[in-house]
Amino acid sequence: MKKAPRTALAMATSAAILGMTLAGCSSGGGEDDTAGSEPVSQADIDEALQTPTELTFWTWVPDIEDEVALFEAAYPAIDVTVENVGQGLDHYQKVRTALEAGDGAPDVIQVEYQYIPSFTLTDSLLDLTPYGAADISGDYVDWAWNQVSSDEGIWAIPQDIGPMGNLYRSDIMAQAGVTEPPATYADYATAAEQVRSATGSYISNLPSNDPAQVTGLLWQAGVRPWSWDGDQTVSIDVNSPEAQEVMTYWQDLIDRDLVGTDADFNDAFYQGLSTGTYAGWLTAAWGPIFLQGTAEATSGQWSAAPLPQWEEGQEVSGNWGGSTDAVLSTTENPIAAAALAQFINHDPESTALFANQQFLFPASTELLADESFTGSEVAFFGGQKVNELFAGIAETVDTDFTWLPFMEFVYSSFNETVGTAIGDRGDLVGALDDWQAQIVRYAEDQGFTVE
Amino acid sequence: MASTTTTHRPTATRRRKQAAAAYLFIAPFFLVFTTMLVVPLGYSLYLSLFQDRLIGGTSFVGLDNYVQALTDSAFFGGLGRMAVFLVVQVPIMLGVALFLALALDSGRARGSKALRLVYFVPYAVPGVVATLMWGYLYGRDFGPIAQLARAVGLDTPTFLDSGSILGSMMNIVTWEYVGYNMIIMYAALRSIPTELYEAAEMDGASQARIAWSIKIPAIRPAILLTVIFSVIGTFQLFNEPSLLDTIAPNAISNAFTPNFYAYNLAFVNQDVNYAAAIAFLLGLFIAVVSYVVQLGSARGERKQESSR
Repeated sequence: MKKAPRTALAMATSAAILGMTLAGCSSGGGEDDTAGSEPVSQADIDEALQTPTELTFWTWVPDIEDEVALFEAAYPAIDVTVENVGQGLDHYQKVRTALEAGDGAPDVIQVEYQYIPSFTLTDSLLDLTPYGAADISGDYVDWAWNQVSSDEGIWAIPQDIGPMGNLYRSDIMAQAGVTEPPATYADYATAAEQVRSATGSYISNLPSNDPAQVTGLLWQAGVRPWSWDGDQTVSIDVNSPEAQEVMTYWQDLIDRDLVGTDADFNDAFYQGLSTGTYAGWLTAAWGPIFLQGTAEATSGQWSAAPLPQWEEGQEVSGNWGGSTDAVLSTTENPIAAAALAQFINHDPESTALFANQQFLFPASTELLADESFTGSEVAFFGGQKVNELFAGIAETVDTDFTWLPFMEFVYSSFNETVGTAIGDRGDLVGALDDWQAQIVRYAEDQGFTVE
Repeated sequence: MASTTTTHRPTATRRRKQAAAAYLFIAPFFLVFTTMLVVPLGYSLYLSLFQDRLIGGTSFVGLDNYVQALTDSAFFGGLGRMAVFLVVQVPIMLGVALFLALALDSGRARGSKALRLVYFVPYAVPGVVATLMWGYLYGRDFGPIAQLARAVGLDTPTFLDSGSILGSMMNIVTWEYVGYNMIIMYAALRSIPTELYEAAEMDGASQARIAWSIKIPAIRPAILLTVIFSVIGTFQLFNEPSLLDTIAPNAISNAFTPNFYAYNLAFVNQDVNYAAAIAFLLGLFIAVVSYVVQLGSARGERKQESSR
């Protein structure tokens, strides 16, 4: 394993978020820190885009060839090969393996927000600033842009997001006498009790295997479970009093058997959604479309609302999911690769196609404000303008949530600790302590300073 | 001296030629063996002596990874689980396989050719498919077993919680490999000269007696082979935990089996070096256990011979 000495550039990637300046903190070496920051002239860009070029793009997004075709039509000299090497961990493993091997890595990759720091840590992403990315920084929802950029550079272009809301079966709720979506978590607990006693349904399911959803809920509650200074220091606080408060709340619902604790995204879960075992789902903006495929038979009986709030009158949400496109720093065609990542996520025709064909919930503010997107009335939700609702929620996601450069471990460790406690209906707060201990130990083993 | 050389020259040349041909014939194997096994093995041994940290990069740490592994409760937890698996599942599986092989061999069962095929089919089903299929059969809500239990008024049985997952996995593995082991034993049974038990039959020995006193001792080496395969297979379980992990994520921990642990270390924790050390220790452990099994059986054989 070769590791080039880390440069100030790479080490300080998310320093902006913490408001820290890190110039000079690095462990030396400076040969390769200019690659991303040299200004690139418009003439160079124009020339590169007219030179016959072949790009490889690793992504799991289905039918993304259609958006890529729009790019190829705009820049006929560039030929893009789209390859699906797997989704989730498989995908990242292969990218990392190719980077390690120093050969065979693609030019552009799909990457979820939470994994961007793990790639900037290893200097693997190209800073897109010199390639025009800075000019489009205002065109995406703030918090998504914060997650792809830092003072040191712009590392990816947001494609879709997953601001969280509450999808629920209005018919089951009405049967239990709940006519309004619960505004606060206290109301939610009351409603859960009513639904359980009147219909036997759980108000929703808190999955035992989904760190991303629980992280989204913590995000909403204002919990900042971790941070990274972009260099060698991380802080880990997953068992903070605020996080404990959230878990104590769910512990109560679990102990009173008012909420399901099944693993999600398997057959039993899909059946639970379609047969009314769960009367709702605290999910993300991609949830409405997903649900239409999963619970077709219950069309027209669903409604959408914002998440319940911790304080009355608040309007806060968290994010769950979504992804971006990034350019690997090993690319031989940085200009063309950067153009691809930007074009498919910025060109209005392409972003509209993502929203209407792949049903990705857009990160583009222009599209989120577009009547043709927000105005559609969804029969599955009784004619509700679901996109409009979630476009509104997207504005309420807290902007300063960040990620650690080793989220794969953090998530896997969640399943071993908190997830297992949820599934076994055990001690959630105690499990937070275990999760904390595991992350701290891993971070220290990896050479980080833990604050 | 000189005369012997001259008279032997043609033979020596031929011998040399033959040797060259032999080397040529085994060369492809050795080429593949070296590039696909020896080199990767050496490389992982090399990797296991280093530590690669996200901060600080790679450094030579000697045997530190091995020291860490020897005090790693997760690793030993997995080994312990597999030891239980070995002690419980392997005897059941091999017992059933032996019984079926003897039944087929006795010629009493009608349509034994068809039966042989039926028993062997599960082995032909890819492990991935088998595990997914069993995942459905075990399902708590819609699995046929659960539905049947509810229909007759019983509680829904749980096959996939942390208490029962090991048993459920034993069942899957048994189902998968009974046919395979049976075929090995059956093939060995067919090679026993029939005169041996014709004589026994004439002496009035029952089928059970023939099986116990003639057939089983005669296929001892084949049984030993299946035992060794099963020992190795057990400690290397990977597909089943990996696939059941998606169905029962809370019942399967990252270190459920040693192999699954090494995989998670390498690809989730991104600690390739430690994973290599774990894999090496596992290999060593398997070699030792297999050797002990073989030794134990050889001693048993000797004892039997001397008591005769």
